[in-house]
Amino acid sequence: MKINSNLAISDTGFIFNPSNGDSFSTNALGADIIRLMKEGKKTADIKKAICEKYEVDPKVLDKDYDDFMSHLRDHFLVSHD
Amino acid sequence: MKTEKLKYERPAIRKLNTGLMNKFGTRTEYAPVTHIDGVSVRELISKYGSPCFVLSERTIRKTYQNAVRAFKTRYPKVQFAWSYKTNYIDAVCNVFHQEGSWAEVVSIFEYTKALNNGVPGNKIIFNGPEKSKDDMKLAIENNSFLHIDHFDELYDLIELTETMKKKAKVAIRVNMDTGVYPMWDRFGFNYESGQAWNAITKIMATEYLDLVGLHCHIGTFMLTTSAYAVAAAKLSDLAVNIKYSYNKVLQYLDLGGGFPSGNTLRGSYLPGTDVIPSIDEFAEAITSTILNYGYKKDELPLLILETGRALIDDAGYLLGSVIANKRLSDGRRATIMDFGVNILFTAFWYEHKITPAQEFSSHTEDMVLYGPLCMNIDVVRQSVNLPMLNKGDHVVVHKVGAYNMTQWMQFIAMRPKVVLIDTEGNAHVIRENETVETLTVMERKPEHLKTFKLA
Repeated sequence: MKINSNLAISDTGFIFNPSNGDSFSTNALGADIIRLMKEGKKTADIKKAICEKYEVDPKVLDKDYDDFMSHLRDHFLVSHD
Repeated sequence: MKTEKLKYERPAIRKLNTGLMNKFGTRTEYAPVTHIDGVSVRELISKYGSPCFVLSERTIRKTYQNAVRAFKTRYPKVQFAWSYKTNYIDAVCNVFHQEGSWAEVVSIFEYTKALNNGVPGNKIIFNGPEKSKDDMKLAIENNSFLHIDHFDELYDLIELTETMKKKAKVAIRVNMDTGVYPMWDRFGFNYESGQAWNAITKIMATEYLDLVGLHCHIGTFMLTTSAYAVAAAKLSDLAVNIKYSYNKVLQYLDLGGGFPSGNTLRGSYLPGTDVIPSIDEFAEAITSTILNYGYKKDELPLLILETGRALIDDAGYLLGSVIANKRLSDGRRATIMDFGVNILFTAFWYEHKITPAQEFSSHTEDMVLYGPLCMNIDVVRQSVNLPMLNKGDHVVVHKVGAYNMTQWMQFIAMRPKVVLIDTEGNAHVIRENETVETLTVMERKPEHLKTFKLA
């Protein structure tokens, strides 16, 4: 899954999509994931980085990560590799 | 050096929509409620299980005392009678009885409960359309007030008292047009058509019936005080006519109940707390009507009130936990709770206020809250804005003290414990949770259905 490269993300989790003018707000973890995706990190590396930073069971993260990706897809913010 | 990890909250994203500003601002009902009367929600759940009903004795007493003050500062003779059907757990009833409330019951089951609680028979009001001759006989022997609902009951009562050769203290329930529709005309005798006066005439001509009062109960969750002023005026009109025609002074007018709680009705634009009149406004409408009706000072009737919901709803909480999170086909978040409409019956009527029981970040999501039942009707909130709830997180449902603990259903799941937090902050179980045995003990298997063999 690749994040659209032209997205603008602020430190506070405000996201702007210049291709269609949509804007979004995301929480801290959502912003971290999008930032890591923008850096071109692979899914496994992103999950590892999150597990190191947040107090979370990897199984819970797996489930929530997939759900978050489906949400990003619904908003046309990601595309398949 | 090992650094401490950050608290996890699942990732979330929300599209920002531009449009007209909402002048009421955003709802903030997701502010966490971690304690009830100083007792930790987490501790309550770990000790008594999830889900679990919690009642605040302090709130019950405070609400009751405020209602009594509202009426007694305006009118010299006031008596409250606790509406058993609203919540008939014995401990709850006894809080009201300790405060001075009589009992108002609508079945022999509730009548027996009131007697068992120690309420003297002459302080029990027996309402409702179903009273068998045996029920009425018991009530007459105990000197209770019988509120007659229909002519069949009236004729049964005449026959019964003639056999017993004992006077019964009776009132009639009167229904009327108070300007609120639909009119509750299924209970009692109609005022406008003259039916109520016919019943009064019949009673006055009967040797063993002593007409001591008039009763009405004009509706439920009433949002207008003027309807009560109309009701008080129409009952007063009958009382004054009884005095004029029969030279009989009635002991009381019973205005029933129907005052709303602070809940928000489904479909209401504004929260309930913003639209419901205060108890003082209801008291003012009723008492000023009676006081200005022209009764002689020494003939003012006792004013009886049977309000239930408004006295107990705010004192009740339902604690529950998240079973699972999922996403619906249209992208909406759905959260499944461990309590459903089986125990939170009032979810059919109200947009219940629901708050998380632990700290959260400011990010929220619109979601549907479902109960655990494998039934499509099991929806606790169609749409509610709450923080990111994780599996196992706790929530508090507010204002659930009225009707839930009497109208709840044993359906698919068992009914949970009910806990009362006393005025000192001590928690007491006042109703145990049901078990499989609670139900199977009542079942009987015919001999030929006791065993089977599966291939």
